[in-house]
Amino acid sequence: MAQRTFKIWRGNKDGGEFKDYSVEVGPGMVVLDAVHRVQAEHAGDLACRWNCKAGKCGSCSMEINGKPRLSCMTRLNSLPEGTVTVQPLKTFPVIKDLVTDVKWNYEQNKRIAPLKPKPRDADGHHRMMQEDVDRVQEFRKCIECFLCQDVCHVLRDHHKHDQFVGPRFMIRLAQLEMHPLDTADRIPAIRKEYGSGWCNITRCCTEVCPEHIGITDNGIIPLKERVVDRYFDPIAWLLNKIRGKK
Amino acid sequence: MADLNEIQTLEHDVLVIGAGGAGLRAAIECAARGVNTGLVCKSLLGKAHTVMAEGGMAAAMGNVDARDNWKVHFRDTMRGGKFLNNWRMAELHAKEAPDRVRELEEWGAVFDRTRQGLISQRNFGGHRYPRLAHVGDRTGLELIRTLQDHGVHQGIHVHMECTVLDLLKDGDRVCGALAYWRDTGRFVIFKAKAVVLATGGAGKAWRITSNSWEYSGDGLAMAYLAGAELMDLEFTQFHPTGMVWPPSVRGTLVTEGVRGDGGILKNKEGKRFMFGYIPAKFAAETADTEDEANRWLKGDKSARRPPELLTRDEVARAINAEVKAGRGSEHGGVYLDIASRLPAEQIKRRLPGMYHQFKELAEVDITKDPMEVGPTLHYFMGGIRVDAESQMTTVPGLFAAGECAAGLHGANRLGGNSLSDLIVFGKRAGAGACDFAASAQAPVIDKDQVEASMRRATDILNRESGSNPFVVQDKLQDMMSHNVGIIRTKSELETAVEKLKELSAEAATAKAHATSQYNAGWHTALDLRNLLLCSEAVTKAALTREESRGAHTREDFPGEREEWVKYNVIIKRGNDGDMVVEKRQRPAGPQPLVEIANSKIEDLEAGKVGADYQ
Ligand code: SF4
Ligand code: SF4
Ligand code: FES
Repeated sequence: MAQRTFKIWRGNKDGGEFKDYSVEVGPGMVVLDAVHRVQAEHAGDLACRWNCKAGKCGSCSMEINGKPRLSCMTRLNSLPEGTVTVQPLKTFPVIKDLVTDVKWNYEQNKRIAPLKPKPRDADGHHRMMQEDVDRVQEFRKCIECFLCQDVCHVLRDHHKHDQFVGPRFMIRLAQLEMHPLDTADRIPAIRKEYGSGWCNITRCCTEVCPEHIGITDNGIIPLKERVVDRYFDPIAWLLNKIRGKK
Repeated sequence: MADLNEIQTLEHDVLVIGAGGAGLRAAIECAARGVNTGLVCKSLLGKAHTVMAEGGMAAAMGNVDARDNWKVHFRDTMRGGKFLNNWRMAELHAKEAPDRVRELEEWGAVFDRTRQGLISQRNFGGHRYPRLAHVGDRTGLELIRTLQDHGVHQGIHVHMECTVLDLLKDGDRVCGALAYWRDTGRFVIFKAKAVVLATGGAGKAWRITSNSWEYSGDGLAMAYLAGAELMDLEFTQFHPTGMVWPPSVRGTLVTEGVRGDGGILKNKEGKRFMFGYIPAKFAAETADTEDEANRWLKGDKSARRPPELLTRDEVARAINAEVKAGRGSEHGGVYLDIASRLPAEQIKRRLPGMYHQFKELAEVDITKDPMEVGPTLHYFMGGIRVDAESQMTTVPGLFAAGECAAGLHGANRLGGNSLSDLIVFGKRAGAGACDFAASAQAPVIDKDQVEASMRRATDILNRESGSNPFVVQDKLQDMMSHNVGIIRTKSELETAVEKLKELSAEAATAKAHATSQYNAGWHTALDLRNLLLCSEAVTKAALTREESRGAHTREDFPGEREEWVKYNVIIKRGNDGDMVVEKRQRPAGPQPLVEIANSKIEDLEAGKVGADYQ
């Protein structure tokens, strides 16, 4: 077993600073294990979020060596040797230490109208082919870690929280828009209320997504295309609608 | 000390504590009935332990094999539970699960499809037919996100990162709870006419567990302290396949779906050992050659099921025996092999989560190499005793649903019966709580109870010095894993009872530093009371049941004892504050259900048994 130093941000909304902690590290350890060791041995009041410790719940997001990541899935041996820097997500206000206030994301979710399904077939079933739901299922893998929200410059640098819902909720919208059963018309709101125009396709969100969801190429770009069809090529949109394409 | 007026007070008709599948479903039911509903989450919304469920939810829809129906599901559940299940709950569950699953689809869930475009269903241990609606190996995430996205539009008051410390009572009935907000460390009183507990189990008392920190048995302990009866706590399920390497992920779940999709278990000699562990009771329905098992997998309806799909208790004990006999894998487990069974592309499509999990955490590519797995504490079959129809506990106004309630699963739970349990009985608990609240008087909060609860919490911060709560929790986990594991004996269980007294004394002086705001040490210290109470209840129940049944195995009392199927072990708080353990006679099952559960499958399907019971 070897010792390793972790530079962890300590503080709250009024400010804070990095503090160094040294703990023993063993095989297979991830950053979250090290944070827990610091809690148990040096700083019992160190705040961090976690639940599943297996990359499934999206609670443990932090910035590790400057990159937004899941701390439970970041193995120490995958990081360059030397001190590991751990700090809270930058895009959201700090509550304490590594914990940020992500309520804004929950408010965005509440703004999105839920599925409005068409009626069931006469025998009581909904029929959907697997190939028609593959894309929707890809988006539904999202664990709401908000790493994409953290990294998107529209939110992170330009603070357009009141005009753009961010990549996480663009794929929530894409998922509803592409859902074979949905009957709601979502395109006007995707443009006006949720701000699809703000995304300039930098793909930073896709890069950090731990679920490897094609946020930009599979989600946002098709939505932008549908917006363009509707507003700038209404004839094509009308033809599609007549042909029954959603 | 406290002026009640200075403490924040929130009032709801129904307060639901816990926001996993059961809690969310209960809250949705209450909101649908137009009742003012509060939902308390220990973490953020959508992060509860339900997200960890992988394989699927069992519902006899018959989409893949039309022979399936509620009676077969009921029969499987009773047999898996070694006939200790609450008859009525097992019946309601099997009957209502299909509607609950279809309702999820209406709310946006997107299950994997059959070729005809219906909800696909997969095979799982103990289920006779392919029955589990699923989404790859992330069904729990689909369930919780569906309920969450639907729930946020129903007018439910969601209270996130809020930990409930104690239930409050008004005379005999429950009237609310005292809680604290994690982000500020401030107290809050919830006043309610009815309370639903949906808090899960207490797996965090063990070292090797698939459970997260939230699983500290809060609901069980609070209900016990409020006077409710607990039941069947000796039945703690060890899931046969948890990760064993590296140490930091020891216990993390490996879905049963791997075996459902054809994965096989091998020892270090490369032998497929499960054929040597088929119990007599299941012999008639289990393949005894590799050839037959393989034919079954290909869909041959005349072939019997592979032994890897025996119930979890059987598989966990078999793995334990192989390791003890020196035939284990490098790090003390056995091998689970899917690589030689399915093409790489299919593995990645059907088990993407597992592929990802092993690749990132263990640096193992499961499309090329076998996984190393071993038993991990996974689930509490036992819990708070409830009424089958309404889910009310023995305390008026207090309801329980999901893992924290007892009855449905008996001595052993079948995989896939948990997610369906959550939605079937979550809805029922919500309805039960609404009915109770409709005729209940406005509750009155008792200042003394609030003060006592607050003092217990603040003492941890205020005392000059004391034990380190992380260290106490660590010791508890080692002790329980060592003395109250898969195979139990009287002497070890008695040692555990003694050790629990020492640990409780240590926990009583736990000290947390700094302020109450988002303080991990303080929180860990607060959880200790609940973990210790649950550990004591499990240990004493295990000592009392002198037989081996389902998930409870006594080395000194091998085999099922006919007499014991007539009893439940009930635990409650005595008048002097000590834990009282009682062996209580169970009511006999209704005749038609008894016949269905005991029937030969051929007779059931030919309509010779139970045909006129609907
Ligand atoms: S691609 Fe769009 S949504 Fe994603 S990070 Fe860039 S600007 Fe933000
Ligand atoms: S889309 Fe990916 S990065 Fe964004 S919240 Fe979901 S899982 Fe996280
Ligand atoms: S703890 Fe759940 S994703 Fe990291």
